Order: sequence, then structure tokens, then C-alpha cells
Amino acid sequence: MVEPLVHVEGLKKYFPAGGFLKKVWVKAVDGISFDIFEGETLGLVGESGCGKTTTGRLILRLIKPTAGKVLFAGKDVTKLRGKELKAFRREANIVFQDPYTSLDPRQTVFNIIMEPLKTHGIQVDDPEGFVTKLLYEVGLNETHLYRYPHEFSGGQRQRIAIARILALRPKFIILDEPTSALDVSVQAQILNMLKNLQKKYGLTYMFISHNLGVVRYMSNRIAVMYLGKIVEIAPAKTLFENPLHPYTKALLASIPVPDPEAARTKPKIQITGEPPSPINPPPGCRFAPRCPYAKDLCRQKEPKLKEIEHNHFVACWLY
Amino acid sequence: MSGPQLREPLIEVKDLYVYFYTYAGIVKAIEDMTFTIYKGEKFCMVGETGCGKSVTSRALANIVPSPGRIVKGKVIYYRDGNPVNILELSEEQLREIRGKEIAYIVQDPSSALDPLYTIGYQIVETMIDHYTVKDWKEGYKRAVELLREVLMPDPEQRIRNYPHELSGGQRQRAVISIGLSNMPRLLIADEPTSSLDVTVQAQLLELLRRLVREHGLTLFLITHDMGVVAEMCDRVAVLYAGNIVELAPVDEIFKNPKHPYTMGLLRAVPNPQADIEKLEPIPGTIPNLIYPPPGCRFHPRCPFARDACKREKPPLVEVSPGHYVRCWLHAE
Repeated sequence: MVEPLVHVEGLKKYFPAGGFLKKVWVKAVDGISFDIFEGETLGLVGESGCGKTTTGRLILRLIKPTAGKVLFAGKDVTKLRGKELKAFRREANIVFQDPYTSLDPRQTVFNIIMEPLKTHGIQVDDPEGFVTKLLYEVGLNETHLYRYPHEFSGGQRQRIAIARILALRPKFIILDEPTSALDVSVQAQILNMLKNLQKKYGLTYMFISHNLGVVRYMSNRIAVMYLGKIVEIAPAKTLFENPLHPYTKALLASIPVPDPEAARTKPKIQITGEPPSPINPPPGCRFAPRCPYAKDLCRQKEPKLKEIEHNHFVACWLY
Repeated sequence: MSGPQLREPLIEVKDLYVYFYTYAGIVKAIEDMTFTIYKGEKFCMVGETGCGKSVTSRALANIVPSPGRIVKGKVIYYRDGNPVNILELSEEQLREIRGKEIAYIVQDPSSALDPLYTIGYQIVETMIDHYTVKDWKEGYKRAVELLREVLMPDPEQRIRNYPHELSGGQRQRAVISIGLSNMPRLLIADEPTSSLDVTVQAQLLELLRRLVREHGLTLFLITHDMGVVAEMCDRVAVLYAGNIVELAPVDEIFKNPKHPYTMGLLRAVPNPQADIEKLEPIPGTIPNLIYPPPGCRFHPRCPFARDACKREKPPLVEVSPGHYVRCWLHAE
């Protein structure tokens, strides 16, 4: 069997949330496990507050988990320190959602892209040529070298952020809603560029998004999160054509489809209400209070992620 | 299926120009905008950031924010059959129309609600101001009915809540019920679901559809999401850089798009229901409207651009009944 590049097991993150006499915890991520294999893109979808961004940050050790482990190429990331942690940061990186806050407004593009090299003590013979080459990779050119972030549009800034990461030749990149702040005509440019870069450099991606159309386009496999738990993981096509978990079904039925005819005939499985608070998640299956198929068992005992068919995992008592 | 049977106009926008006078220069946000919204229809305006869709909707109620100014044009509103130009009415006359006959729902429900007053108070206030209820007691009763109508859970309790005590979806339901409180004739909804999650968005879109159907409202919906357009609208206007580039019944736009921008937009959106090998992005970015490109504003990004496109702005012409396009490819 192939070794996964990233192996996540029983990962948990609880954030303290006030509480005067009794400590209260926000269970942002509550025991999730999955693998990411070399060269693939794993999509992570879910609604706001379901823990997808926290998951990304945990994998990169930007925050420390409450419990569980993350193996990157066999090494436990949660236990890395000093030099080893720095070496890991060279190999794994993240593109943030908001290109307006992720670039230092006082630095030129050249400095922004050179910065990670300095941090890691990497020498290049011809810095200008090196940066120019990277800029061409992301669809910019040498005229942009000495400009400042405010001179660029959102899409161009995201390109700069990606060039900065490529400078370190990483293996694994987490893309946290990289196109959500962009317009649709520009979004497609960035998505295609990310796909090309992946092919060219054999990159492994974890693509976090709430936009199901984008996730389907980008991912080989998709994991669906709900309130800190993974409810379903399957290859992209399977997930969209044969969703099994009631939440996945509801999510897919909720997306507005850009086709008026299909929109008129599509099945209306509507779920009511909104996701409950992750402070006191419901016992048993977390989706049970909104689930049309919920039984007594669902409210008492939590279902485990189970392989229903090849590569298709679901956490639901129906299966 | 497309459009209502009776084509009685409710709002006619004629030759509208809106400019923003900023320190950097004059932003030509909207130019040469002409369209009609008919009674009982669901009219959509779609476009990307800065294309002028929100400004247009604000011009309809004459609430263009400073430093914006309506430079030219007319907004004819058919008030019980009598045409009045919204842009020429006094503040007082406008106040009678706004909130009563024309209601406005904004994208961000938290900024539309006053954090210091309860939801109930804010719903009743609108009705008291327009004399549609006789006193506060009757108002609160009506507020509970309205919240029930928008499927707010537990409405008797909710009217006593402050905005911060509600979730985003509940807040937007409260804003919608304020909009509905006086049974408006035109409901303008500016990206009403963009700040919400998809499962909640689906519930609210269904709600808006039902309200339009049951109360004979006219809906003017603004969105950037082609999926929302497909699900919600009878007719669509596609905006690019302050101009309507295409206007047609919804099926026409999706099946038979004529403008290169509309075609590009449809191909650039990843459809969740299809396996797509490769998206075809529109090259370049949206122009700066202080110095808009001469001629057709889309020509720098257009794969079919010719000399004429760079020199002269194409007119909006009707290529088939009800289908208008602003493009030199279809101008003759």
C-alpha cells in the first residue's frame, strides 16, 4: 500500500470560550482522521464554522492540537521542534483566503518573494532572475518586480502569494479558500494556474472551500465536514453522483445550479435550521437535529466513519 | 415559462448615468442604462464586483451614496398606473414610497439592523412610520405574523431579541420581514444570501420565491452567482463595467448567450453538476472605471474584438424578441 504524504489521526482542537465558573470549550475540530496521498488534491468542504480552516492550520502546526497526530512523510508534525519544524515549514505551506492581508503592504514584490528564502538561509545566484522566473510561473512578469501590493488587483495579489510559496519548492500546499475573495472571471484563471503548477511540480494540495463547484473542479477526493467532524469522504465524482450522508445530500441539493432547466427539476431536499453551536454540540450524530432520517440511535450514539464501498467513507447510522 | 403574461411596467429606467466624484477622479459607475421591470416578475441583475449592480438598485430608490451622483436619466415608477419620476420627487414624497412601496434588502443583515433595538421594535417601527398599523400593540401582533411567514423559529420569543442574539440567517429573515412589513410592490434584494451558508441560502431563496408568488410582489434581485440567477429569475440583465451588455429571459441567457462576456462568464463558473476537464477563464481583469476603455468596455478582454470595438461603443440592440445585446458582432 502507498504511504500517504499526510496522515491525520484522531485530530482534535478545542478552543477555550469564556465561561466564568465552568470552563467552556468550542470543539472546532473533534476527532478527525484522513490521509492525503502524494500528487492528489483533497478537497475539504463544509459551511462556515465547521472547522475546515482550523484543520488546515493544525496540519501545518500553525496551532497546536488538543489531541491526535499529523504525520507528514512519516514524521509526527505535532512533535516537531526547532530545526525540524523549520524544515517542515519549507515543505508544507498555505495560501490564505484574503490576498489583501497576507502580503506586507510596505514591501515590494521582489522582497515579498525573497523573504522566505532569507528566512530559510537559501542562497540564489541571481535573485532578480530567480524572482522573475517565479513571476512568469504565476502569469506576472519583470515589470511587476518593484511594485507594491496595493498596485495589484486581488487576483494578481493571490498570484504573488503563490509565487512566494513556490520559491521554497514545497511538496504540500494548503489552499484555504484561495479564490473566495475573487471575481468569477478571475477565479477561473487562478484555479487553472494552480492545476498547471500541480502537474508541473508534482504538488500535493488540500483545497479548503465552501464552494462545491470549485471543489469538484479541483479535487480528486473530497471530505465533507459538519460541526468539527468528517461525515463523508469519497472520490469527487462519486461524492457528487452518489452522495450517501444526508448532510452531503442536503448540501448538494442546496447549491444553486447554473442551468435554469435543471434548477426547475432538481430534487428539493431541504433541511431546516442552521448548524448548532460547536460549544455544546448535540450528543450522538451532530447532524441528527436537522436530519430528516434521524432515529433514536442517532441521537444517542455517534456513528463512526465506515467504508461503504471502495474509497467511499460515511459516518451515518443509515449505512 | 419566461416572464409574466401581462407586461405592465412597474419601473422604467431610462438613460441613467451615475458618477462617483472621488479624489482619484470621476468614476463612471453607470452609463447609458436603460431597462424596464414589469409587474410581478423576478428581474435579476448579475455581474462582478464594481460592475454597478448595487449602484443601479440604489438609484431606483434614489439613495445613491455620496460621493456618487445621478448625473442624468430618469427612473419612472408607475404608482397605481401614474408614472412619476423618482429622481424628481421631494424627500417627503420619497419617504412615502421608500419602505412602503419599494423595500430594500441589503447584503449584510447585521449592518441593516440597529443593535440597540429589538427585532420586534424595528419591524413595528417601519409600519408605524407608514401608518399601516394603528398602534404598537397591533404592530407587534403583525410582527409575529410576519416572522412566522418568513419561517423564523419561535417568533413570539424572537421579537424580544436583539440582533446580536440571532444567527446570520435569522437576522436576514428579520430584515426580510421588515421589508415585507408594509407589503411593498417592489422588493429590491441586493445579494440577500451572499453572506450566508448554502443550506441557509437555499431556504431563503425558496422563501423569496414563495413570497413573490403569494403576494404578487415584483422582485429585483442582484447577485454575482449565475446559479442564483438560474434558480430565481424570469429575466436577467448582465452588467459589465457599468453597462448592460445583455438582457434576456433567463433560458435565453443560459442557452443562447450572445455577448462574449456572458459566454465567458458561463464558461468560467465551475458547475457542481458536471465533470469539467478545463475551465475557460476570461483573460485580464475588470477595467478601472475612472479611465474606462474607449469603445466597448469589454474589448481589452474580448477574444472577438475588432477595430470598431476599440473606437465606438456598441448600442444595445434587440436581436430576437426580448433579447438585447450590446456588441458589434450583433449590431447590424
